[in-house]
Amino acid sequence: MSDLTLSAPTRRRPLVLRHPSVLVFLVVLALFTLGVTLLSEGIGLGVISTSFIKTLGKTLCFCLVALAMDLVWGYCGILSLGHMAFFGLGGYAIGMWLMYERTRRIIVDSLATAELPATPQEISDGIASQIFGVVGASDFPPIWAFAHSLPLQLAAVIVAPGLLALVFGWLAFRSRVTGVYLSILTQAMTLALALYLFQNDSGLRGNNGLSGLQNLPGLDLVPQSTVSLWFFWASALALGAGYLFCAWLVSGKFGSVIRAIRDDETRVRFLGYPVEGFKLVVFTLTAILAGIAGALYYPQAGIINPAEVAPIASIYLAVWVAIGGRGRLYGAVIGAAFVSLLSSWFTGGQAPDLKIGSLHIQWVDWWTVLLGLSFVAVTLFAPKGIGGLVDLAARIKSPNRHGADLGPGAGALREREADE
Amino acid sequence: MTTLLEVSGVSVSFDGFKAINNLSFRIAEGELRAVIGPNGAGKTTFMDIVTGKTRPNEGRVTYGEKSVSLLALSESRIAQMGIGRKFQRPTVFEDQSVADNLMMALKKDRNPLAVLLFRPKAADHARVEALAGEIGLADALHRKSGELSHGQKQWLEIGMLLAQEPRLLLVDEPAAGMTLAEREHTTDLLKQAAKTRAVVVVEHDMDFVRRLDCKVTVLHEGSVLAEGSLDHVTQNEQVIEVYLGR
Repeated sequence: MSDLTLSAPTRRRPLVLRHPSVLVFLVVLALFTLGVTLLSEGIGLGVISTSFIKTLGKTLCFCLVALAMDLVWGYCGILSLGHMAFFGLGGYAIGMWLMYERTRRIIVDSLATAELPATPQEISDGIASQIFGVVGASDFPPIWAFAHSLPLQLAAVIVAPGLLALVFGWLAFRSRVTGVYLSILTQAMTLALALYLFQNDSGLRGNNGLSGLQNLPGLDLVPQSTVSLWFFWASALALGAGYLFCAWLVSGKFGSVIRAIRDDETRVRFLGYPVEGFKLVVFTLTAILAGIAGALYYPQAGIINPAEVAPIASIYLAVWVAIGGRGRLYGAVIGAAFVSLLSSWFTGGQAPDLKIGSLHIQWVDWWTVLLGLSFVAVTLFAPKGIGGLVDLAARIKSPNRHGADLGPGAGALREREADE
Repeated sequence: MTTLLEVSGVSVSFDGFKAINNLSFRIAEGELRAVIGPNGAGKTTFMDIVTGKTRPNEGRVTYGEKSVSLLALSESRIAQMGIGRKFQRPTVFEDQSVADNLMMALKKDRNPLAVLLFRPKAADHARVEALAGEIGLADALHRKSGELSHGQKQWLEIGMLLAQEPRLLLVDEPAAGMTLAEREHTTDLLKQAAKTRAVVVVEHDMDFVRRLDCKVTVLHEGSVLAEGSLDHVTQNEQVIEVYLGR
């Protein structure tokens, strides 16, 4: 093989050089973060309000969970319609600590004026009745066992979604459930989780959910304008790191294999790859990514309740990724940012109403209709989504060989014959 | 020569239809074998059984020196043990380059973590290039495999099989839809492959089988009708009756 002169890359260049889009993305994200910070109310010029900083921070979290969705759907071909369940679990995990710790400080302060110093039992009872009074309970459910510890609840942000995904994925993939059946199963999973959380005795305050999450315990003196920036930066950092991680994951042979699984799972099996194992790894990793995104999102939203993990949330997630362009990481980010910002504009009542004849279109109600129509339109006419525009700009087109014969000679198989 | 694969007394039925009926088949290490038979003779089902895609209702399939039973193993496990399979229609990953396709097929650790941490070395790139040269795709290394012609896709698939370094290669109708020149190249590739491993070729085309110049097994209604050289089996009266129709 010495006579082969084809250039074999003996030294691998860094990831960002092999994939310029990663570098472009990171630079854009950094500039965006810097720009927003400079214009913010907290430490900048004050052009951007604190509530809009929060909206932007939440949007970055959506972008992160959309990355996860793109990895599992766009790259590995698993149309999971349950990834917002993992997002919600991450939110609940961090919310438990935020709520516990804040309530504890309030209780301790209020008992400080008592004549006798409060016993730990009194404090614990006080916190429990404060938190669970709304659902008529006054004891801590077992799942709150670690709520006093920030490190343990941070671990739960990763462990809870990861474990659920691992168990669910193991059962589903092992039975070779694929395609639309798997999608339905994931919908059932997120619906079951939502229904469970809606119960008052689920231990997570039923439909009240966890609230007051925007207040960081012990930092009451720090204004929200500053806290919002902290979370905005953290979200931007997480998105950047998540993007790098995903780009690394899909760049090498692992990426090759999962895209191959998406395109022809059976063939990959005959190559000797344990397809189920690969799917499980991707499913679990993306669930963890979704959990991290959720843990950053809900402190900015301030409240989490079971409606957040309702099946529709996961469907929206799929719509974002489809509109942005699946199978490319920046597509997912663009889709999530574009659609969720547009959504908050339309549903925020800022969009002007439209009068067509007798039809009076108020966007607060009609936005979902518009979103649904755009989803159908993208699926039918522009399957590559917004990200496909990049290809147009770069004039990269995959050749359309439909109708051409499959071989070089006139006697070769025709496409029609080959499909039979 | 030692037996590499032994299929004995295997039967499979789909909804009452016996696709394979008490089939017994044996192939030695490094042997080239052609399997012929009319449509519905059970040629593809036979391959499905060996590669673990279909579980037989009865019978035994054993493989290797230790005569490991293949019946309880998953498809990927069987492939890892050294049984490669080429499908009737070329199935390459069209979205990926020729080099990526070959790199994926190279014989390496297949578990997810090992794959995640795998970074190709110079030797791996050289092996991919050598394989591409062997199958006549050295110039197309960085083209998307979806852009290749039908014949080139077939070769790429054969190249991927060679990259797997299997001990037993099952090839389903490799010459379908190929031009004469492409067929000749394919015959050479298969004969070359059979020098270092056992190869079973399922084929319709008699000229192609003649060019392979090897022992032939004739299947009919799910069992072996005749076995021997091509001249021997084509003189067999039963074979003439059911297959050649003369």
